[in-house]
Amino acid sequence: MFGQYYHLLDHLAGYASWWLIGVLFLIGLYGIIVKENLLKKIMALNVMQVAVILFFLNTAQKSGATLAVLLPGETAGAVDVYVNPLPAALMLTAIVVSLAVMGVAMALVIQVYRCYGSLEEPEVLRRMHK
Amino acid sequence: MNEHLPILLIIIPLIVAMAARLSVRLSVPFTRGLVLAAALAVLACGAGALAETLARGEPWSYHVSGWPPPWGIELVIDPLSGGLAVLVAFFGLAALVYAGPYLQGRTPREQGSFYALFLLTMAGLLGMCVTGDLFNLFVFLEISSLAAYALIAFGGRRAIVAALRYLIIGTAAACFYLLGVGYLYAVTGSLNMADLAVLLPPLMDSPAVILAVVLIVAGLGIKTALFPLHGWLPDAYSYAPAPVLAFLAAVMTKVSAYALYRILYFVTEAAGPVSVTLEVLGWMAAAGILFGSVMAIAQRDFWRMLAYSSVAQVGYIILGLAVGNVLALYGALLHIVSHSLAKGGLFFVAGGVNWETGVRRVPDFVGMAGKMPLTMAAFVVAAFSMIGLPPTLGFFSKWYLVLGCLEAGAWVFVAVLIVSSLLTAVYFFRVIENAYLKGKDDARAAPPFRPAGRRFRLELPAGMLLPILVLSIGVAVLGLFNEQIISNVIHYALPGMLP
Repeated sequence: MFGQYYHLLDHLAGYASWWLIGVLFLIGLYGIIVKENLLKKIMALNVMQVAVILFFLNTAQKSGATLAVLLPGETAGAVDVYVNPLPAALMLTAIVVSLAVMGVAMALVIQVYRCYGSLEEPEVLRRMHK
Repeated sequence: MNEHLPILLIIIPLIVAMAARLSVRLSVPFTRGLVLAAALAVLACGAGALAETLARGEPWSYHVSGWPPPWGIELVIDPLSGGLAVLVAFFGLAALVYAGPYLQGRTPREQGSFYALFLLTMAGLLGMCVTGDLFNLFVFLEISSLAAYALIAFGGRRAIVAALRYLIIGTAAACFYLLGVGYLYAVTGSLNMADLAVLLPPLMDSPAVILAVVLIVAGLGIKTALFPLHGWLPDAYSYAPAPVLAFLAAVMTKVSAYALYRILYFVTEAAGPVSVTLEVLGWMAAAGILFGSVMAIAQRDFWRMLAYSSVAQVGYIILGLAVGNVLALYGALLHIVSHSLAKGGLFFVAGGVNWETGVRRVPDFVGMAGKMPLTMAAFVVAAFSMIGLPPTLGFFSKWYLVLGCLEAGAWVFVAVLIVSSLLTAVYFFRVIENAYLKGKDDARAAPPFRPAGRRFRLELPAGMLLPILVLSIGVAVLGLFNEQIISNVIHYALPGMLP
């Protein structure tokens, strides 16, 4: 019945994860631009960072591959037997960076709330310029 | 020891930053000495590394912990990165000297945090200069940015909001950059800049590379405060404390512009989609120059005026990169030096005037030349450099930019450069007029107050006056020696000039 759409289904089966990551990234961007609450902006920021982290991890995936760990008694196989370990190592660093960003952001949010008594951006800006 | 200079540039400020936060519990003067010694050592390392690479005549590649380049992290010192590292280290030292009197009223804990954060910013910026790895650049970008957000928040109530907004925009920018790097990695499987320059050329027209270039330019463009992406800058610059501000305004946006230059000209070699990107960047920069200058005229607050002027001046650098012939690149790189010296000096002056008299608004500058003659003289020299009057450095950088645009036949850009120089003159002469020409009669009527006990008193604490004078003299003297800077350093910082 949907014969003529098979290539589309094939495409989705192969690339669905990429599309989902793209959508996740855009959700984060949307949140940063549209949301007025500073805390929500920071949550959207984290969503964006997670999307980038997933993007890197997705580049490493291969179907049917295993961890790049050589257990005792095994001999090394060809390259396509193993998942690329480098993006995982890079993303470990990126996760630490995003953790640090969250830490600084939360500290600043607490200070903003103490000084202005609100986290709605227009309200904070209004009180700031008063 | 000597062969480890590139890594020492980064390690020294990192370690001393950690140590400063601890040692401040024991003694504040000792900590200050330690921090200043570290900044001096970093400057010496940078100068040594630059001299070494100029003597060798080839880039100096340092392999961190001995792993060879495509796998391990590579630090590259060439005349470009070495020169910029010296600039960053010099401004770090100048701003730390300047910060001394500024911090006197603060508790030891606050001072320790300030020094630690400042050195972390410095380490991040130096790392961005010397790294040869795209992902490592991201990490250093985040180190310097995170420490800078916290430093901006030092400026009080309003600065906290400015810092938080800058954090949100800046982190989004870093995400864009990282996603772009991810596309390059997915296409080539490498993150090393030199390796990518070999692997990329056959792939330049693939959609993934086009997307990567766009994302990287957007990310670094936000960090550089290029015109439509400059929204974070005026607030962050208006409320940050003066020593921090002078450091950030002098080098932080420049280092991001340098990263853009490095990636567009050395990694992708200005081929394929990059030449179109450069054309777009050129128009954005031209629009930014006019917008920044006009907005600067509209400001009544002196600090905010300088902030908008920064938006315009960064446009000059990007414009030079976009035109991209030899003369324009000379101009862009020389403008990095001249604008850092002049804008750093101007923000030092703004902070000094505010510290001594509490004045921030331009109309209140009336009679300032009588109260603070040395500071205002330094202001005039720096302002002349910003306007582009000979023999200051700013004249020569603009001169090369105009020559480059003429050679490329970009008449619109020539017109933009000349018009914006006039606009710059308008907003600086407004201040000069207030400080020197108005209010003479008032000054005669009320002679300046002199404390009875002391015959001679500096207009500012020596620690604040020294960097101001050094920078303003530097602007004038380096202007006279600009030919030596270009033929000995900047010439070798152009793509393809080193073997």
